[in-house]
Parts: sequence; C-alpha cells; structure tokens
Amino acid sequence: MSGPSIHVERLVFAYPDGRQALFGVDFSIERGERVALLGPNGAGKTTLVLHLNGILGSVAGGTGSGRIQVGGSDLHREHLPEVRRKVGLVFQDPDDQLFMPTVRDDVAFGPANLGLRGPELDERVHEALVQVGMQDHADVAPHHLSYGQRRRVAVATVLAMRPEVLVLDEPSSNLDPASRRELADILSGLDVTLLMITHDLPYALQLCERSLLMDAGRIVADGATRDLLGDADLMAAHRLELPYGFDPLSVPGPEK
Amino acid sequence: MHVPDGFFDAPTSIATGLIAAGAVGFSLQRANREIRETGPALAGLTAAFVFAVQMVNFPVGAGTSGHLLGGALAAALVGPWTAVLVMSTVLLVQGLLFADGGLTALGTNITLMGLVTVVVGYFITRALLKLLPKRVGSVVPAATVGALVSVPTAALAFTGLYAIGGAVDIPLAKLATAMVGWHILVGIGEAVITAAVLSAVVATRPDLVYAARHLQPDLVLVDADGNSSSVAPDRPIAARPAGRSLGVGIAATFVIAGVVSLFASAHPDGLEFVGAKLGFEGAAKSSAVADSPLANYGVSGIGNSQVSGALAGIIGVLVTIALGLLVAKLASLRSARARS
Amino acid sequence: MSGSAGDGLLVPVDSRVHRLPAQVKIVALFVFVLAVVATPSTAFWAFALYAGMLAGCVVLARLPALVVLKRLAVETPFVVFALLLPFVATGPRVEVLGLSLSESGVLGSWNVLAKGTLGVVAAIVLSASTAPRELLAGLERLKLPSTLIAILSFMVRYLSVVSDDLHRMRIARESRGYQGGRAGHLKAVAGGVGALFVRSFERGERVHLAMQSRGYNGRMPLLSETGAAQAQWLEGLALSLTAVVIAVTARVAGL
Repeated sequence: MSGPSIHVERLVFAYPDGRQALFGVDFSIERGERVALLGPNGAGKTTLVLHLNGILGSVAGGTGSGRIQVGGSDLHREHLPEVRRKVGLVFQDPDDQLFMPTVRDDVAFGPANLGLRGPELDERVHEALVQVGMQDHADVAPHHLSYGQRRRVAVATVLAMRPEVLVLDEPSSNLDPASRRELADILSGLDVTLLMITHDLPYALQLCERSLLMDAGRIVADGATRDLLGDADLMAAHRLELPYGFDPLSVPGPEK
Repeated sequence: MHVPDGFFDAPTSIATGLIAAGAVGFSLQRANREIRETGPALAGLTAAFVFAVQMVNFPVGAGTSGHLLGGALAAALVGPWTAVLVMSTVLLVQGLLFADGGLTALGTNITLMGLVTVVVGYFITRALLKLLPKRVGSVVPAATVGALVSVPTAALAFTGLYAIGGAVDIPLAKLATAMVGWHILVGIGEAVITAAVLSAVVATRPDLVYAARHLQPDLVLVDADGNSSSVAPDRPIAARPAGRSLGVGIAATFVIAGVVSLFASAHPDGLEFVGAKLGFEGAAKSSAVADSPLANYGVSGIGNSQVSGALAGIIGVLVTIALGLLVAKLASLRSARARS
Repeated sequence: MSGSAGDGLLVPVDSRVHRLPAQVKIVALFVFVLAVVATPSTAFWAFALYAGMLAGCVVLARLPALVVLKRLAVETPFVVFALLLPFVATGPRVEVLGLSLSESGVLGSWNVLAKGTLGVVAAIVLSASTAPRELLAGLERLKLPSTLIAILSFMVRYLSVVSDDLHRMRIARESRGYQGGRAGHLKAVAGGVGALFVRSFERGERVHLAMQSRGYNGRMPLLSETGAAQAQWLEGLALSLTAVVIAVTARVAGL
C-alpha cells in the first residue's frame, strides 16, 4: 500500500440533532508521523476523529459529505472492519472504552472480533497488557482500577488490535503527574502513526513534532508544534494558552 | 412493588412466568433491528439508569415514599420493545444480584412492572401524540399522562393476579381501591419524574426520544463554500405508526380494570356485605387497624370509605385518565406560550 | 448502598459455595425456591427443615450473618402487607390478644412471611457467593438469549458508573445549600434525574462507538468456556433435591 496514512478532504458533517460540527476539513498525515490535534472546546476535534474509522459520516449512514482515505484507499462500507483494525481509537473517558466485566475480557474484545481464539488470543491480550504495564491486573473489574490504570488499559484494548494508526482523545486529561509521564513513556515507545487530541500543550510538544489547529469545524493552522505554540497571536485567536512559565522555545521537543 | 416468593400460588407464578418469557422473546425479536443499529450498550445503560433511579425515593405522603418504576419513561425513550427488555433486565439483576424480588416471582414482577407499565405507558403516549401539536415537545405531556396511568394500572393488574392466585381471600374491591388509590399517588411522582426527564432530553437531545422520532424536523447542512441544503435526519429506525393506538390503549386499560371488577363485583356491597357475612365488621369497627399508622391510607382506609363495589378500580382509572388529560392540556398550553 | 453497585451483594471470600459454577447455583436456587413455594403452608416441619438447610448454606458459604439480616430488609413492604392480612382477610375468625383475626389471614400471613423470607435468604446466598461476571457467564451457559446477556452485561458494568453519577449530582445539589423540602425535593430530584438520563444515554452511544471501533459485528464474545462437571451439578443440586423431596412429602402427608 502507498499514500499517506490518513487523508481528509472537504469533510462536512452534522449530527442527527441538527448541530453541524464539521464545515470542510482538509489535512493529510504521513506514515509514522506524530501529530497533535489542538483547538478549543467544541471545535469539532472528537467528531473529526470519529470519522477516521468510519463511525460517523456518510459511510456510517450519517449526514455529511467529503472524502476520507486511510492507507491510500477510500473509506467504503465494505472496508470498515479492516479500517477499524488499522485505525485504533482511544476514547477520552476510559469508562466508555472498558465495557466488559474484566480487564482481560475487555482487551480480548477487539482481537476476538478479528477472529482470534484460544491461546493466540490469550497471547495477544498478554502482549498488549505488557505494553502498558498492566499484566498483573488482567482479572480485575474495570471499576476497581484507578483512573490512570483504566486509561492505560484503554490504550491496551486498542494496541491488542495492532493498529497502524493510533488516535487518542485527550490522553493526559484527569491524570496525576506520574500517570501522565508513564503514559507519555508508553506512547513514545510505540511504533505507529499517532494522532492525538489534546489541550495539554506541553504534552503535544513533548510527543508530537507536528500539530493541527482546529476551530469552528475547520483546520485553521498546520505546522511544527513548536512554531504553532510560539505564535502568540494565533494562539490567542483560538483560545489556546500555554501554562504559566512554559516557553515552547526553551524545552526539547520529541526525541525523534 | 417487587413481589417476593410465595406471594402468589405456584400456578400463577408459572403462568406469569410464561407470559413474561413470551413477552421477552417477542420483544427480543422486534427489538433486534434497533439493538443491532444502536448497540446493546445503549439498552444496558438505559437499564442501569432505570436501576439507579429506582433507588431514588420521593415522598408520597403520610411519611412514606415511593420510587420510579420507569416503564412508561423507558418506552417513550427507547421504544416499547427495547423497554420491555430494559425493564426485564433491571428486574433480573435486582433478583439475582441484589436478592430483591423472588426468583419464582420474576415472571410476575416482569409482567407487572416490565410489561403492563410499558404497554400502557407507550400506547397512551402514542395516542396522545396524535391529538397534541405535531412537534417533538409534545412527547412530554403525552408520556407524562402515560406514566401517570401506567402505575395504577399495574397496581390493578396486581389486584387481578391476587384475585386469581392470592394466598388468602381478602375482599378484592377493597384491595383494588387501596392499591389503585395508593398508586395514583405514586403515579403522580412517576409522572413528575417522567416529565422532567423527557423535558431534559427534548431540550438537549431531541433526536433520542423514540416515541417522537417521526416528529423531528429536517436538518440544514452548510458546506465548505457556505451553501446550505436541507436533508432528512439520520433516522435509523422509523417509529411504527400508532394506528389504532388510542382505542387499543384505552381498551387495554379497561380490560385490566374489568378483570378486577369481575372479581370485585362478587361482593356488591363491598366491605359491609363481606363484613356482615363473615364477621369482619367487628374487626373493621374495632380500632385495631384504624389506629395503626397505616390508617390514613391503604387497606384500612378503605374500610371507612364510602367507595365500594365493583366500580372502584374503573373509577380509579377514569380519574387518573381525566387528571392526566388535564395535565396534558395545561402542559401543552404552557409550552405553546413559552414558544410564542 | 454500601460498596460498589457493580459488585452486587458479593462477599469476596473463598468457600465451597463460592467455587460452584454459577449455572449450578442458579438452577439449584430456582428448584429450591420452587419447592418451598409449592409446600403447603400448614407443613410447619417442612419450613423448619428448609430454614435449617439454608442456615447450613450460609455457614458453608462463610457469609456474615449480619450481611444476610441487613439484606432481608428488601422484604419490608411485603411484611407490612402480610401483617395486615389477618385483619382484612375473610373467613372464620380467632381471638388473639383481644384482636379479632381471620384464621385464613393468619395462615396467609405466615405463608407469605415464611416463603418470602426463605426465598430472599436463598437469593442472598446466591448473590453473596457469586461475582456478577460469574452470574452472567452462568446465565449464558443456561442458554439465555445472547442479546439479553449483552444488555445484562452492560447494565452490570455501568451500574456503578451511573450510581456514582447520581451520587455526585446529589452531593453537588446539597453542597449548594439545597435542603429537602417536600415538593421542592421531588422537583430537584426529577431535574437531576433528567440530566442523568442524558448522561447515561450519551455514554451508551459512546460505548457503542468504542465497540464499533474495535470491530464489533453484532456478536459479543462468550464469557464462559467450560461447563460444570457432573460432580459439581450433584453437589449443588443436592440441597434443592432434598427440598423437593420435603415438598413432595409435605404434599402427600397433607392429603
């Protein structure tokens, strides 16, 4: 396969309750890139990423238009199972993502839907849990885990499907500083294309070399994370603010 | 209202078990398409919601409280078939995980709280939607009335079951009046909560209300160049047309009322007749019951009331419907004024 | 409710009863309660035996008596109903402590109380000795329709989440100086419940999206892989079969 990992053209979408969320979105992400998706609340970021594996949008029978390509091929209803394996989505609230009675059942859900059974499935589950350091909690019920642990298991549920593109919705939200750093360590060690919605601008700078800035259902800026964060006028125009004392020009960016 | 084991005799428990199993099976079949579209998670979350809300008590009067049953509400929100499944799931979890409601009485409980409330609530809702202004907001007064009527109707169905399979002979007119009278009060609480929930949903997510899906306006879509176009909303499942629902709803209510009155009319003069004949009069007049904290309502209150005879149940239902229609009228007037 | 709503009444200890497969326990419970319900209410000796058997189960399952007694409170409304029966029921009357009571009412009251209590205690033994996930797996083994299992499993998973939401909303209400008046209370509760539904429903939508994202195709994976051994069935059903024998004996003896 060739072409960019994700390519989006003139994407428009309205929710069934009449609220329009996307007003023509264009962007492209190359294989192996790590991209942060920034923007104020209500900009349409979550709506956008739900299009990337065909959950929202015309391919899912919704109201909208535009073009989405994953791995160089157009999104079609027939390809949905394949696309959903390739594009792994980690939801913001881990309670939305962890819906099975135990951690093990939950991590196994995706691979089982891909047809894995028996020892092969067990191995895949174990591998994913090891990647996030949660292998000792396989038989625990999700509501008995801490929030940070739940977030890590949520990442594991997607990793168990061996995705090519990992899409995360605010991965650092509600985490304590240690959990936040542990998750960054896990994410920076993964060999996948990464798209990450975040309000945590230092996190974006730490993990992603490139950023997209979204506002009112459109992409309004696209460039190196450091340049975007350093553009005070752009930031102010779209309700983005750096934490007190944080200077994007004085800290190291992603290791790569 | 969770019936424990041994409250009804074994044949009644088995018969209602069969009714419940049939209803759940049929609902599974009918809800299959909805559940495939929207996912079992939604039904499960609705069930968790109903369960949680059943734990919230509201004051009814005389220092006691009632809680939401939720059948009519669930029917308006997720449709009658899914609602039957949701209510059955709630009762199954209460029985198995929380030892609430007997396992052999599960069929009885599903029939009373899962089936009667959903069916009555939904039919009345759909019937009133035909009469009210054609917009999504009309579902609030319609389902409110549905909720109001559904609770005393379930109480009446309980009395009917008691007539068939109750362990002890007690004057049925009395039981019916007591149950219905009491549950009209509970029904008012049910109606208020149902109205509040539906108002909140209509205000924030009108597309979620199953019973009013056919009333949704078209969407306006603005594309990248600023051109707007009008499109039909994404409606995964079209709500079924109400058809003869008004007639059916009222008929259903009266059949239930009638079943009870059939048994009840065996005692034409109510308490006095039964009392005189069986020596109950002394007990009713002795203050043993009248002095109890329960004397102001419930079973013993009926002993002193003038309401007697076979019509008690039907009168109760009629009063409820009349009250409900009044509430619906007022609510629609108010919301119409709020709009203008 | 104490603890997490998602755990039901589970008392997490290890015992013979805890280790029995859930499907065995569900069937055993059902047969036992059916036998109890079918026993004529005048066969007092039978009820004494049932009570003894259940007490044995409680001990065997290492359940604290206090937990069982507390949980019996769910019966309260029907206890009230049962206690009223002697006053309102028809039939020949007896004098007890100066009150005129109906004979059939007294018997009926005993009938409801005895059978109801035995049923509740038996159900407590099941729910306190079986984790919710095991119960679901047991129901699955008993061939409950898969859609119903799926709904049940989501409900159990999100019980604690929804209950916590409700709890937080109450705290938020009370911390803003709200005090429960009569009518005001109902209104406040109702408003909160409306918001709770929208939250729950939207979570349901998001969960469905998360499922689709991981390739959900309309079929949930099975929870249980292995069935119960014959020995386990025998062990579990021993109690209920004894109950059936008692019930049959009571019926025959009563004729």
